[in-house]
Parts: sequence; C-alpha cells; structure tokens
Amino acid sequence: MSGTTDTAETGFQPRRRGLTRRQKRKVSRGVQYAVFVAAVIAFAVTADWGRLQNQFAQPDIAKQMFPDVITLALKNTVLYTVTGFAVGLVLGIALALMRLSSVGPYRWVAGVYIEIFRGLPALLIFIFIGVAVPLAFPGTEIVGGTYGKAAIALGLVGAAYMAETFRAGIQAVPKGQMEAGRSLGFSPARAMVSIIIPQAFRIILPPLTNEFVQLFKDSSLVLLLGVTLEERELSKFGRDLASTTANSTPILVAGLCYLLVTIPLGFVVRRLESKAREAVK
Amino acid sequence: MSSSAEIRIRDLHKSFGDNQVLRGIDLEIGQGEVVCVIGPSGSGKSTLLRCVNLLEEPTEGQVFVGGTEVTDPDVDIDAVRRRIGMVFQQFNLFPHLTVTENLTLPQRRVLKRNKAKAAAIAAENLRRVGLAEKMDAYPSSLSGGQQQRVAIARALAMGPEVMLFDEPTSALDPELVGDVLAVMRMLADEGMTMMVVTHEMTFAREVADRVVFMDGGVVVEEGTPDRVIADPRHERTRHFLSRLLDPAMAEVEEEISGRVGGGE
Repeated sequence: MSGTTDTAETGFQPRRRGLTRRQKRKVSRGVQYAVFVAAVIAFAVTADWGRLQNQFAQPDIAKQMFPDVITLALKNTVLYTVTGFAVGLVLGIALALMRLSSVGPYRWVAGVYIEIFRGLPALLIFIFIGVAVPLAFPGTEIVGGTYGKAAIALGLVGAAYMAETFRAGIQAVPKGQMEAGRSLGFSPARAMVSIIIPQAFRIILPPLTNEFVQLFKDSSLVLLLGVTLEERELSKFGRDLASTTANSTPILVAGLCYLLVTIPLGFVVRRLESKAREAVK
Repeated sequence: MSSSAEIRIRDLHKSFGDNQVLRGIDLEIGQGEVVCVIGPSGSGKSTLLRCVNLLEEPTEGQVFVGGTEVTDPDVDIDAVRRRIGMVFQQFNLFPHLTVTENLTLPQRRVLKRNKAKAAAIAAENLRRVGLAEKMDAYPSSLSGGQQQRVAIARALAMGPEVMLFDEPTSALDPELVGDVLAVMRMLADEGMTMMVVTHEMTFAREVADRVVFMDGGVVVEEGTPDRVIADPRHERTRHFLSRLLDPAMAEVEEEISGRVGGGE
C-alpha cells in the first residue's frame, strides 16, 4: 500500500500523520550510517595509537621473525595439515563406505565413531593423543614422533567430518551409474572405485576444501603434543616469540600467515562451487 | 524347450513388497532373434528386462542366458553380465570420462584388455554407431541421440552375446530417435540377439521377429509383428495399440481397477 495510487483511500484519509514508508526507510538508513561513523570516530579518538603500534606492529620484531616464520613455522603448519588431511581422507572414505555397507556392524561402528568424534573438541583429542596414549601404552612409539602424532590427531578429527561429506557425495551420484557399471560386469567394489568415487569426489571438492581449511586452523593444537623448537608451527612460534619479546607483534604476524593460506583457499572454494553449479545445469 | 534358446525365462515372478509386478512369465528368445516387448506403463516390461541381467532379483522362477542359470544363487553374476549388453532409457554414460574412456574403462577394468587393444575396439565400435569424430568429447556436449549411440557402442565393446534395450528412445527428442533406431536395426541385421522394451511400433513392426504384449504382469499375447500389431486377438492389446497409434482419438474413460498391474 503505497498510498499514492489508491485515491479512494487517500481521499478518506487526506492527511496521514507521521512519515510515509519511504521516508521512514530513509531515516532508518541515515541512523545506521550515523552510528557506524560515530563508532569509527570514537575508536579513532579513544584508542591509544602509539601504544597499539608499539604492542602490535613493531617493525623490528616483525623483521626478526623472518625467515623462520615462513621456512619453519608456516612450513610445519602446512606439513601437519597435509599429513593430517591425508590420514583423515583415507579414514573418512573407509568410514563412509562402512556407513553405506550392507553389513550392520560396520554401519554401527562407523556411526558411533562419527557421532563421538564430531561431538568432541579437537583440543581434547590432541590431549588424548599427547598424554593419555603414552600413559596407557608405555613403550609404544608412534611412527614419526610429533609429526606422526599430529597426523593421527588431526586425521581422527577430520575423518568424522570427511566421512559424512563422502557419504553425501557418494549418494549424490545417480543410481543409474552403479547400474551401468554392474551391467558392464563391474563388481560392486570395482564400480565404486572406478565409477562412483571419482564422480563423488568432484561433487564434494568444495566442502572438502573447507575441511582442509578447518584442519589448517586446528593444526595450532599441535603445541599440546609438546614440540621441539624445530617442530613448532605458526601459533606456537608466534606465542613463544611474543613471550620472549613481551610484545604482541609476533601474534599478529603469525595470524597474517594463516590468512595468507586461508583467504586464497576460500577464493578457490567459491570458484569450485560456482563451477560445480554450472556443471549441474 | 529349443536348445538354441539364448534367453529362457521360466515362471518368473517379481514383487516389490505387496506389489506383484510380474505374475508368472514364460518366454524364450532364440539365437539371433529380435523380440520387442510392448505394453502400457506399469505392465512390468522393464522389470522383466531388468530381471534378465539380475538388476532386479526375481522373487520366483528361473532365467537362463546362453545356458547359464542367472538366477542360480552361486552364479558369478559379473561374468554373466559381461555377455549381456544393457542400454538404458537415461543412457547412463559416465559423465566424468570422455566418449573413448567410457568405452575403454570397462574393457580394461573388467576384461583386462591392454590399452592399445581397448582403444582399437573402442574406435571400431564408435565407427559402427557413426560417432568416430566424437571420440574425445565429453557426454554432456553430445545430443541425447548421440549419447545413446555411445551407450550402445560401450555395451558392444564388451563383445556381448545378447543385447537388452530398456526403452532406448523414450528420453529422446522425436527427431533424434531415428539415428538410434538405425543403429539397432544394423545390429539386428548383423544377427545380434536382442530383447527390446519399446514404444516404437514402426521399429517393432519392421525389425522384430516377434512381439510380446504385456499387461498386468503377464504376457497377454505374442507372435509375429504382423499378427500382434496388425491383427491383435485380445481386447487389451487392441485397446493399447489404438491409444498408442492414435492418441488424439482416445476417450476419457473410467479407471478399471485391477486392470493395470502396478508400477515398473
């Protein structure tokens, strides 16, 4: 009801009190801008810029972090993530296939695993791998030391999510594909490997990339495993340096290093998603 | 029971839950014979076809293909299926592979042919269906008729003794039907044993050796195309054919309960 076209109605109420809808929208918009500008000004005026710069952006300290923050910390972060992702991927596919199995106990085991590990904080799993396992099984040595432990912990965390992603992807492949494969003489397992999984993989590439980003961030928990200087990743590296220099610049630099990877990856995901949408059309 | 029967179906029953789709089918198809199965939707004709290569598991009865009992619980079904080519209404090409790869992947994985041999056989069969120049294309870039011809070539590349066609032209635009039927006619002329579920009466009349009319999960009548299509004995067959050949003349009618046998 705009009030301008319906002459009969406006005839009965020639002068409405207050503002029209359009005017109200304008005022509301104006207020929102005003609040934003006021907040920015308040922050700019009240913030102690010198102190902030001193605390977060000291060029000397930042410079001192290079090249180790890249060649050591970022490299380790990527290494932990990639190995953890690989473990999670293999375990996740296995769990997804178990979930879709015709054998009841496999379905139950996979279901229980997924429910448990999706519900637990990643932090708890790292503590479990780092502390509880060595105590429970003294003398056992996990292959690869910290790297092996990190891969297992991240893999356990990631597998639960990846299993659900894979299951959805496998179920998204049309039923006719399996029928075509079977009628050509493929066994169910071989049809799954040669025909269904390659197609499912295309469908789930965007969500899988998101899970990679998630693990990339969760790799910061490796510090709970007790790492040597050479095994430090970005978060531990930044925190150590922050405490020795009593300054927060290393935290900021470490944070930027994460974004250096996650922002381009996010861009890639959006590209893949729009490509996948086009392919469906 | 002729010894040359390539496909032999005996007292076949199939139910989905309470829904009895097939109620005792007996059918023999000789070597080199082309049999068209026609009938209204829900008559069970697609289910019958899918029972022949066990895509549907029969509830009761036996199916033999080339002397092997398909319905034997201990049969190596994958080995049997290698001898039975199947063409689907929806083509079911592998969309992530090129046309050539669609033909070579099953040969290599299932028949263990080497790369060169699989590629040669793929090229030969693409040439047979008239699509040699599309060998590097992806299925999504082909028309429906081309996709279906690739699907036929894919089945042929496995060297089947029998070909099953499940409404191969039903998903096609009318002007694309001819190319697919031409390929099927060529196969028939070459002596392939074929079982075809179809609504294409012209094809049935000209190419089939025998036409089987199904309704309500049973074979109502069968015989030469001239007999069944031109001079049907049963009222149900006449009714179906008149609706199919002249759909504009159909009249609004009461549903006769129990006449139509349920979903396919």
